Amino acid sequence: MKIAVCVKQVPDATSGRKLDPTTNRLDRSGEGALNATDVNAVEEALRIKEAHGGEVVVVSFGPTKALDSLRKALAMGADRAMLVSDDAAAGSDLVATSYALAKGLEREGADLILFGQQSSDSDGAVLWAAVADRLQRPVISQVAELTVEGASVTGKRQTEFGYDIISAPLPAVVAVSDAINEPRYPSLKGIMGAKSKPAETLSLADLGADPALVGAAGSRTSVLTLAPPPAKGNQIKIEDDGTAADQLIAWLAEKKLL
Amino acid sequence: MSTLVFLEHHDGLIQKGSLGVLARALAVGGQDVAGVIVGHGVADAAASAGAYGVSNVYAVDAPEFEAPLPQPRVDALEAVVTASGATNILFAASVLSADVAAGLSARLDAGLNWDITDFEIDGGELTARRPALGDTVLVTVGWTTTPRIALVRSGAFEPVETGGSATVKDVAVTLREYSTAAQMVEQAQEQASGPSIEDADVIVAGGRGLGAPEGFKLAEELAAALGGAVAATRAVVDAGWYPYSTQVGQTGKSVSPKLYIALGISGAIQHKVGMQNSGAIVAINKDPNAPIFDFADFGIVGDLNAVAPKLAELARARRG
Ligand SMILES: Cc1cc2nc3c(=O)[nH]c(=O)nc-3n(C[C@H](O)[C@H](O)[C@H](O)COP(=O)(O)OP(=O)(O)OC[C@H]3O[C@@H](n4cnc5c(N)ncnc54)[C@H](O)[C@@H]3O)c2cc1C
Ligand SMILES: Nc1ncnc2c1ncn2[C@@H]1O[C@H](COP(=O)(O)O)[C@@H](O)[C@H]1O
Repeated sequence: MKIAVCVKQVPDATSGRKLDPTTNRLDRSGEGALNATDVNAVEEALRIKEAHGGEVVVVSFGPTKALDSLRKALAMGADRAMLVSDDAAAGSDLVATSYALAKGLEREGADLILFGQQSSDSDGAVLWAAVADRLQRPVISQVAELTVEGASVTGKRQTEFGYDIISAPLPAVVAVSDAINEPRYPSLKGIMGAKSKPAETLSLADLGADPALVGAAGSRTSVLTLAPPPAKGNQIKIEDDGTAADQLIAWLAEKKLL
Repeated sequence: MSTLVFLEHHDGLIQKGSLGVLARALAVGGQDVAGVIVGHGVADAAASAGAYGVSNVYAVDAPEFEAPLPQPRVDALEAVVTASGATNILFAASVLSADVAAGLSARLDAGLNWDITDFEIDGGELTARRPALGDTVLVTVGWTTTPRIALVRSGAFEPVETGGSATVKDVAVTLREYSTAAQMVEQAQEQASGPSIEDADVIVAGGRGLGAPEGFKLAEELAAALGGAVAATRAVVDAGWYPYSTQVGQTGKSVSPKLYIALGISGAIQHKVGMQNSGAIVAINKDPNAPIFDFADFGIVGDLNAVAPKLAELARARRG
């Protein structure tokens, strides 16, 4: 079984997320990190491989420095990494991203394509459905429990009304929820080994992708203006030095909330 | 017809979120707005939209649309967009609608903006606003081509009942093979059990920071001390730590207690939309960068295992 896991590099939580006011695009100049919920998708792929055999390849569309984050997935145990990267790709929106990523995934031809729950810099939680339509594959999203049996996958997922159990024949696209598993930490051996695992970077031309459908040219949405959100005012944030509970109780009493 | 609003339904009723988006679309788009409903046996539901002010509803009604799965609905919407010539297609965020909207976006090579909290339609042209990057910046977004697809954040608009009736127009759809490959095996409706969290004045909510199912004892103890109810995030409900009926957020309940105390909750947007209207929000989280601190009125950076028991003890002493 060949499993592809789509992962994204996002700005590290400590370096903060901000938009570049000159381009209206996300400022990706700071430290990058592997998107947290994608780690659950990598973990799930590794468990499936451990149970059924096969190969796990992590696939990403992004700037070349995203390779650092792909190495983390390799350190966890993924076999190989593929980065789709191109100067013409900056500023891709959902439609353009789904096209470029689908091009990369077509080349891999995996039996199962996993996505994480959402990227922390876009909070879209939508990309898989667009990619599945491009690849003409069935899709199951928000999956909190996944089983692979023979040539099909079955996922349990929460909705507004309860739980759905959905099954689909392979090849299929599945997006997992952050509750699906507790990801492993990479071992020291895994971290060392990741350095020598294959990681290739492919351009749009390598994939035979039409540059007019990627980047700003291929995007169908635009950012018109940016503004600060309405201020919340009077927020208190304290570090617990042993008296936090007392301070909070005093505040609650003052606000007549006790 | 320039604008279509996707009317999601369950048990024969159009969902509140869809009706809210419809109300806003009619307010800014006038009668150049139609509803679209997809399902099996949906004639009555389609007609019922008339009471919310829309006079035209497109219906795609066939057994293949019985299960609430997204991919057949992409085929259906593609057909309705073609039949109606619509340039704006609006969805209220939900587990189902997000996948339909994104699938349609790829199918039509149409732009999708999500997390929309407000929109305008001016001469058929759609523009919208969305809070981005954890609601730290307010972005006005547009579309560079048509059709334009928008996914509206949960709770952004309330339905408006106007009375009236709608003409229902049936549209026939041919499904693609891959659109019917995924099958619904089982749908389990969750029954509400225990006291309703929606009526509570005080809510103590627990997230994955509680560490284990047993961690909820801390939340229960604190809730008891404050005379409140216990709620949970999707992450812990999905993991089976606490019941579905206590989940707060986009897929769960919307609550507005006087006091909401979040223990070990990161503050994801999908959680926030269910509790942001609380009177006062208190957060205890060991990560100083947790997004919940952006909207908590009183934030404590610390270990909940140290703070919560002490808080319960002090509250008990105060309240006697
Ligand atoms: C379509 C969709 C719908 C969704 N609907 C919902 C919904 O209805 N409701 C909902 O809640 N979520 C929903 N989500 C999920 C949401 O995006 C988040 O994944 C989820 O809310 C995270 O739950 P959490 O805060 O418990 O876990 P985490 O994000 O893992 O946060 C746990 C927090 O606990 C803190 N912590 C850990 N240990 C301690 C300690 N000892 N002391 C103090 N703090 C500690 C950590 O710093 C962390 O911030 C939805 C997502 C999608 C895509
Ligand atoms: N640029 C990207 N490259 C590869 N995978 C991605 C990329 N962006 C998002 N993803 C995947 O799609 C999921 C949903 O992303 P989003 O719709 O942006 O919230 C993420 O959790 C990743 O698994």
